[in-house]
Amino acid sequence: MYNIQHKEVLSETNKLMVIEAPQIARKAKAGQFVIVRIDENGERIPLTIADFSQEEGTVTIIFQEVGKSTMKLGALEAGDGVADLVGPLGNPTEIENYGTVLCVGGGVGIAPVYPIARALKEAGNTVLGIIGARTRELLFWEEKMRSVCDELTVCTDDGTYGRMALVTQPIQEILTERSDVSRVWAIGPAIMMKFCARTTEPFDVPTIVSLNSIMVDGTGMCGACRVSIGGETKFVCVDGPEFDGHLVDWDLLLARQRIYLTAEQKAKEAWVEEHTCRATGG
Amino acid sequence: MSIPRQPMPEQEASERRANFFEVAQGLTPEMAKQEAERCLQCKNAPCVAGCPVEVPIPEFILALRGGDVQEAARVLKSKNNLPAICGRVCPQESQCESVCTLGKRHEPVAIGRLERYVADWELGQGSIPPEKPEPTGKRVAVIGAGPAGLTCAADLAKMGHGVEVFESLHAPGGVLIYGIPEFRLPKEIVRAEVDYVRKLGVEIHLNAVVGKLYTIDELLEEHEFDAAFLGTGAGLPIFMRIPGVNLIGVYSANEFLTRVNLMKGYLFPDYDTPVLVGEKVAVIGAGNVAMDSARCALRIGTLQALERGEEPPEVHIVYRRSRQEVPAREEEVHHAEQEGIVFDFLTNPVEILGDDKGQVVGMRCIRMELGEPDASGRRRPIPIEGSEFDMHVHTVIMALGTRPNPIVFADSGGLERTQWGTVRANEATGQTTKHRVWAGGDIVTGAATVISAMGAGKQAAADIDRFLKADGGGKADGGGKADGGGKAE
Repeated sequence: MYNIQHKEVLSETNKLMVIEAPQIARKAKAGQFVIVRIDENGERIPLTIADFSQEEGTVTIIFQEVGKSTMKLGALEAGDGVADLVGPLGNPTEIENYGTVLCVGGGVGIAPVYPIARALKEAGNTVLGIIGARTRELLFWEEKMRSVCDELTVCTDDGTYGRMALVTQPIQEILTERSDVSRVWAIGPAIMMKFCARTTEPFDVPTIVSLNSIMVDGTGMCGACRVSIGGETKFVCVDGPEFDGHLVDWDLLLARQRIYLTAEQKAKEAWVEEHTCRATGG
Repeated sequence: MSIPRQPMPEQEASERRANFFEVAQGLTPEMAKQEAERCLQCKNAPCVAGCPVEVPIPEFILALRGGDVQEAARVLKSKNNLPAICGRVCPQESQCESVCTLGKRHEPVAIGRLERYVADWELGQGSIPPEKPEPTGKRVAVIGAGPAGLTCAADLAKMGHGVEVFESLHAPGGVLIYGIPEFRLPKEIVRAEVDYVRKLGVEIHLNAVVGKLYTIDELLEEHEFDAAFLGTGAGLPIFMRIPGVNLIGVYSANEFLTRVNLMKGYLFPDYDTPVLVGEKVAVIGAGNVAMDSARCALRIGTLQALERGEEPPEVHIVYRRSRQEVPAREEEVHHAEQEGIVFDFLTNPVEILGDDKGQVVGMRCIRMELGEPDASGRRRPIPIEGSEFDMHVHTVIMALGTRPNPIVFADSGGLERTQWGTVRANEATGQTTKHRVWAGGDIVTGAATVISAMGAGKQAAADIDRFLKADGGGKADGGGKADGGGKAE
């Protein structure tokens, strides 16, 4: 059992949890992920590490409740625990002093982009940041991002906070205005990463994305997470999770993310029904 | 010989297609007694030499014949730490039973069935671990809680060493828990056998991915283990290099079996991990893993179809060679056939076909014929030009073998590997090219059997013990690796 030390409700659907895992915290690096299994019946959920502290011996995860498993996870409170926590998995971000870099986080993707921006800042880069979400409610960690970025643009799709824009608009502007950006990180929903990569391509700036494919073991055993990178099959868990965004076959990734949509919908409805009954029937 | 070989009571094929309960139900006490009577008690005991862990077979059968099942269990466990598992999944027909003297004129003694009978009887009583030996003060890290690791750990613990096992998954057992299905090896049995290993004093760390959470060097230096054993198996799936392998509905056997067995996908949505089985399934390959995949697919598909009031699925094994070359155990092939699995021999996929949503809708295959024997001694399959045809399928499971997972090798300088990614190790001792590191099982041999992995774990344990008990053995020893050499003894 891994104890949940702290929980924050970032929005109705976005939750943050700080979990005690001293050994994982000791080895974790920006860009890596963990696998969480809530209980005996649970599935293995891959989540990118949002933060970690060697001193506290903790790992922070942020997730959006989209299906039964993330809803179950979101229903846990500080003091509860998860049955299993595995990590740190995947390859860490290649942190160097690149000069000027641009870090873009969309939706829950703001979480994994933060430790990367922090590590890049610590390595001496000038870090430009963009964070965006559909609406104000879904934005978080603006201050944390600001603390590691030299400039930060905040936007929402509906204009309820910051600029009314998709993250691709400020990316386009920044790359047009300045020629010193030598690398871009874009993390968020697959569709957002696809358009970020498409935006940076004409500028010929290397663009790193962190892929969130379906996984089971997360150690290269099953191949559920396979993606096509420049025409070659790769496993996100061991070859990634970061890849050159210009080489990713996005349509394949998007299709493979939807494999279990029908089954997941069924499980979610059953869970919601059961828990609504309990809440009203108690 | 007047007593016939006792047949294994089995669940009817028509029934078991729709459940995950064990197919083979075990001998009754009367049957076991009868079968034990058949043993000739040969002085030279060829069966013992036929067993990779050298179980004193005539001795345990004699105890059983005399009605002392407890003693039979003690004899069995003196060499085999996991007999309830071996009694179920060992290929006895090509090991102990193949050299049984009785088998020359009649059918061999059903050694595997007797082993299972005795082991199950003991589990039913609650197994008693042997007395704890005097601690040696030495510590060994065993990496991987599969058949090789568990065996090595159990033997080392019996020798008095402190043993900690590091397992990457959330449950111990390796292939016994993620690969072999419930209907061949109930997970309750695996748990009970692992409990026995724990009772010996072995500590098992779960969710501990060596190579990520710790490296081999960190275990030896920072964590001060005196020796390490690598038994991480061959966990990396092989996909065919044909168009369409990434379509929705194409699984590696590893993923499919892990979803079904480890994650209990057949109990979805009570368990949270889904698994998809279409109306028509093709499993590529004809080893034991292919049989397991096909039979799991059949069961899940049948259960799902019953729920929807539809026809059960059609499950095919697609194999490029002929029936004679099938690598799976005869018993597995027989069970699969009984259950209605269709075998398409001399057939090889050349492309998997998808629709506009990326979902598998078919598989283009080519007919094969057999040519001259290849390096493996089996006749080489050759495609027959112009014989392509399309199969209508929705799910494709690739059971083409596996390779060692390289994760464990992160920062493990000095550990030599072969071109196939397996670890170079002394065949007799398991010693690797890295000081204080041994290896055994699929990580050395490539995909093989549970019992050969156990045999390797056992040999390595004996050699590690010699090394640790030798003067200067252990971490203080900076000398060469020869002190642990089995051949010098």
